[in-house]
Amino acid sequence: MNEISDTPVLEIKGLSVLLPDGADREFAIEEVSFSIGRSEIVCIVGESGSGKSVTAFTVMGLIPKKDLVPVAGEILLHGEDLLDKSDRQMRRLRGKKMGMVFQEPMTALNPVIKVGDQIAEILEIHANMSASARKKRVIETMEDVSLPEPVKMYDSYPHQLSGGQRQRIMIAMALVLEPGLLIADEPTTALDVTTQAEVLELIRDIQARHGTGVMFITHDFGVVADIADRVVVMQNGKVVEQGTRDEILSAPSHPYTKMLIGSVPSLTPPNRPIPEVAETALEAKALNKTYGRVGLFENGRMVKAAQDVELILRRGETLGVVGESGSGKSTVARCMVRLIDPTSGDINVAGTNIAQMAESELRAYRQKIQIVFQDPYRSLNPRRTVGQSIVEGPMNFGLSGTEAQSRAENLMRIVGLAPEALTRFPHQFSGGQRQRICIARALAMEPRVLIADEAVSALDVSVQAQVLRLLQDVRERYDLAMLFITHDLRVAAQICDRIMVMQRGVVVEEGRTSEVYANPQHPYTRSLLNAAPGRETNFARYS
Amino acid sequence: MYLYILKRVLSTIPVVVIVVLFVFLMLRLAPGDPAAVIAGDYATAEDVERIREQLGLNDAIPVQMYRWIAQLGSGDLGTAIFSKLPVTTLIGQRLEPTLLLSLTTIVFTVLIAVPLGTLAAYKAGSWIDRFVMLFSVAGFSVPVFVLGYILIYVLAMQLQILPVQGYKSPFEHGFWVFLRHMVLPTMTLSVIYIALIARMTRASVQEILQEDYVRTARAKGQSEFKILMRHALRNAAVPIVTVIGLGIALMIGGVVVTESVYNIPGLGRLVLDAVLARDYPVIQGLILFFSFVYILINLLIDLSYTFFDPRIRY
Amino acid sequence: MPDHSQDAIMADAVLSEHEDPSLLAGMLNNRAIFWGGGLLILFALIAAIGPFLTLDPTELNPIKRLKSPSAEAWFGSDFLGRDIFSRVIYGARVSLVVGIAVALISVGIGLILGLVAGYVRVLDAVIMRTMDGLMSIPAILLAIALISLSGATLGTVILAIVIPEVPRVVRLVRAVVLTVREEPYVEAAIAAGTRLPLILKRHILPNTIAPLIVQATYVCASAMLTESILGFLGAGIPPEIPSWGNIMSEGRTYFQISPWIIFFPGIGLALTVLAVNIVGDGLRDTLDPRIARKI
Repeated sequence: MNEISDTPVLEIKGLSVLLPDGADREFAIEEVSFSIGRSEIVCIVGESGSGKSVTAFTVMGLIPKKDLVPVAGEILLHGEDLLDKSDRQMRRLRGKKMGMVFQEPMTALNPVIKVGDQIAEILEIHANMSASARKKRVIETMEDVSLPEPVKMYDSYPHQLSGGQRQRIMIAMALVLEPGLLIADEPTTALDVTTQAEVLELIRDIQARHGTGVMFITHDFGVVADIADRVVVMQNGKVVEQGTRDEILSAPSHPYTKMLIGSVPSLTPPNRPIPEVAETALEAKALNKTYGRVGLFENGRMVKAAQDVELILRRGETLGVVGESGSGKSTVARCMVRLIDPTSGDINVAGTNIAQMAESELRAYRQKIQIVFQDPYRSLNPRRTVGQSIVEGPMNFGLSGTEAQSRAENLMRIVGLAPEALTRFPHQFSGGQRQRICIARALAMEPRVLIADEAVSALDVSVQAQVLRLLQDVRERYDLAMLFITHDLRVAAQICDRIMVMQRGVVVEEGRTSEVYANPQHPYTRSLLNAAPGRETNFARYS
Repeated sequence: MYLYILKRVLSTIPVVVIVVLFVFLMLRLAPGDPAAVIAGDYATAEDVERIREQLGLNDAIPVQMYRWIAQLGSGDLGTAIFSKLPVTTLIGQRLEPTLLLSLTTIVFTVLIAVPLGTLAAYKAGSWIDRFVMLFSVAGFSVPVFVLGYILIYVLAMQLQILPVQGYKSPFEHGFWVFLRHMVLPTMTLSVIYIALIARMTRASVQEILQEDYVRTARAKGQSEFKILMRHALRNAAVPIVTVIGLGIALMIGGVVVTESVYNIPGLGRLVLDAVLARDYPVIQGLILFFSFVYILINLLIDLSYTFFDPRIRY
Repeated sequence: MPDHSQDAIMADAVLSEHEDPSLLAGMLNNRAIFWGGGLLILFALIAAIGPFLTLDPTELNPIKRLKSPSAEAWFGSDFLGRDIFSRVIYGARVSLVVGIAVALISVGIGLILGLVAGYVRVLDAVIMRTMDGLMSIPAILLAIALISLSGATLGTVILAIVIPEVPRVVRLVRAVVLTVREEPYVEAAIAAGTRLPLILKRHILPNTIAPLIVQATYVCASAMLTESILGFLGAGIPPEIPSWGNIMSEGRTYFQISPWIIFFPGIGLALTVLAVNIVGDGLRDTLDPRIARKI
């Protein structure tokens, strides 16, 4: 083995970074050590608060020293300690010896500068090239990342490109000077699963060709399964385990790692007994929702968010609505709850059509369908105690204060929280606990139908597993019908009896989950399933 | 983009309508008898009746409305009660000093306020920043005329380096004499405007420096200064230009006072003379004039966004 | 039925035991509010009690006219021999009363209009266009015109200053309403069958209070300035009532000989308005209404 290629691109030894006073722990990251070799993709995995992003930003030197202070350890980039460097020296390294790609492609590019010029900026800073030479190099790089029509795209502005294209521009920017190290901080988390697959492939490809060492931060074990050479697991600022991909995924040793991997839902739907046909709890017929008007003062663009959607949900079953962004799944959910009004079509709740009902009549039916939203941090009024939020609904329907209170206490127990906590405010609970409270709030209405609109998407994978368990138990206990909206194929596989796949407002396929996953009929469904990261991997199972 | 331009132009129409309507209603809905108030305490019944006739208040409301709109449509802003001159003529006579004062003020303000605000945001938390913030709060708090008198006292009376008051047209007396007489009025009028714009510039630039794309630029190894110039300011252009436009309303108010303090024979003084003479049609005509100017300027600023923001262009 | 409590407690990172630090404590800690507010309270006290301790501000004393500040007359005397110090103290009353009255009234009107604009789509366009129109008319001119039409009394002056201040408040409230309406917790309340009045009271209004308080202080400062300008121009409160604007207006002719007639009330006004503005800034930083900053 060649000496040169044995030197790791990046070596972190015992790195500790202090948090400012008043934080919930002393260190952002503590005694973190790992290395990244040439041509190696190392995935840093962890849940929120694990310190993975802090590590990345400290390496790049992007955190102002006065906010988070590195107090111990070394960061060796090609053997040189970055912590010793001055700001000026770090600036010379950034972009040239190490590049970074961030999570949000929509905001990472300057909206008023052409994308080509933004890539050229790196060359301007670090390389001595003429303007035309720069432009030529930029176009080469854009071809390298498989962007269509690079010459034309050079002059485009970010808002004219899709999320996937913007991320490719970011990758082009990071790699144009062929740095030895690429840091990717959740680069595909904000992308659709099909786009994610493309971008992951791109990263793998480029990395192999240029020999770049990659620090890939993610919380998604499917992604880890697909691209990692080695894995570093972090929890609460410490590295709890590291090893090769196979070691970690099939035979993890640390309990936390085991718990994490055990929480990843399998892509294979379990065998479910086919239930006897129960009564229809919720039905949608020819449901349409169209936005936009053709007129002098509108763009003239009409968006058909939902087109002729047919949906039947029966008591005792969970129906999943799966799709990427823009598929219309959330629109359908919100129409069902009449948070938005459908343009046309029927929505039948226990036999009555509520699609066009006036608010005063509608109110009685609201009690029968309840919804849990995606963002636990915005779903509860921060100024009211959680108890007040839970009893609000039942009291609207005539329950007295005491009756509603005892119902609330009971429900808190069922969702796994102490009834005494009813007097607390939302900010005193974690995200997962807040979702439980939202579930309790929905159940307080004693509905027949529960709609979960991406209800676990914003939660860490371990918390997600618990809340999913809770949802399933609750559904059984109250014999509810559940409409489960998600973009996550693994979650859908595990929790849904039947699923509907939507693409751009249209239902393209539906059926029993096991059948659809085993034999997808529609090309879109097939592409979705093919794109799911970690498809081939068998994650270790711990019950 | 052309759709945007069309929309912007068309959207000024309701605003103009509201202004016209409001001014119309003001006279007619005021409590008490406006004609009597205008006529003054010592007026006789005939005086009041004469004024009422002159203002056209005796006709039915729809007739008044029609006459009003027809009148405006032909560019007639009304006629002064006492001098009997059309308001437009009066405006023409007094336009030059106000226009020049406004221009020097805007130029002076932008040249000082934008760099000041940008510097304050760049060095957020430093003494420069604190100084700018304090200055802008103070500038906002001192009444325009008090500031004017302080400046006169210090610079004109005590130090005697500038004239106390008065206006000299550049076309008659030459540029430098004009400028000498303009220094104090411009400084007086600018302070509140500078305070506003420096503050908004600082807020906008500071907000932009927290944006993700600035972080991307840092990740590329770009220097802080170039980030400020190339990335931050270009995005701050829209909010800064917007507030310059909005501040014009403040400036117009200040013009009235400044011209009074420095004895400048401009439109501001015209307002005051009209107030003292209780010449309501002149006041009304000037309100319309200034409002239309303000609406026009803000329209131009809206249209300028197409230059600054490619998201509107494409 | 499985017990989910273990899950809930284990998954929890930190269950915060401590309460939110009291808002009042936070406000008192803020230096701006502390000093600015202190200054204001001092001025208000002087304005309230002062008149009982000073000379008669309307007492004419032609022998003592145009005297410079001295031990006898702290701020000097004006052209009619009236004691300027007393007049300044009396004037403080008027300015503070006008400032507070305008702030309260315009915030009240603005709140109602803003709520309506935010919630009733049909009226939204009408209200906002009207506000745009009002904002196009320079405030001083509008006030002058209104006063010249209805005569100058304390009431009409207050009303004339209120009208141009309302549009900004309406915009602010409307922005808050539109933002809060989108929040999932409001949607959850709708889905739970809560009626509109309760939604407004429980969920929307509490979010408007902080930005409104901040805006009210700015309106107060602006109103005091406008009142003084109107007085200075002779278009405001009648000269019998000593307001800072009036006093300064009367001092114009004598400025070159007795500049203190303008300076003392002017500085008093500037300090008061400065104090109000500083308190407003401090409140804004403490209460953090992000929307207010964008208007």
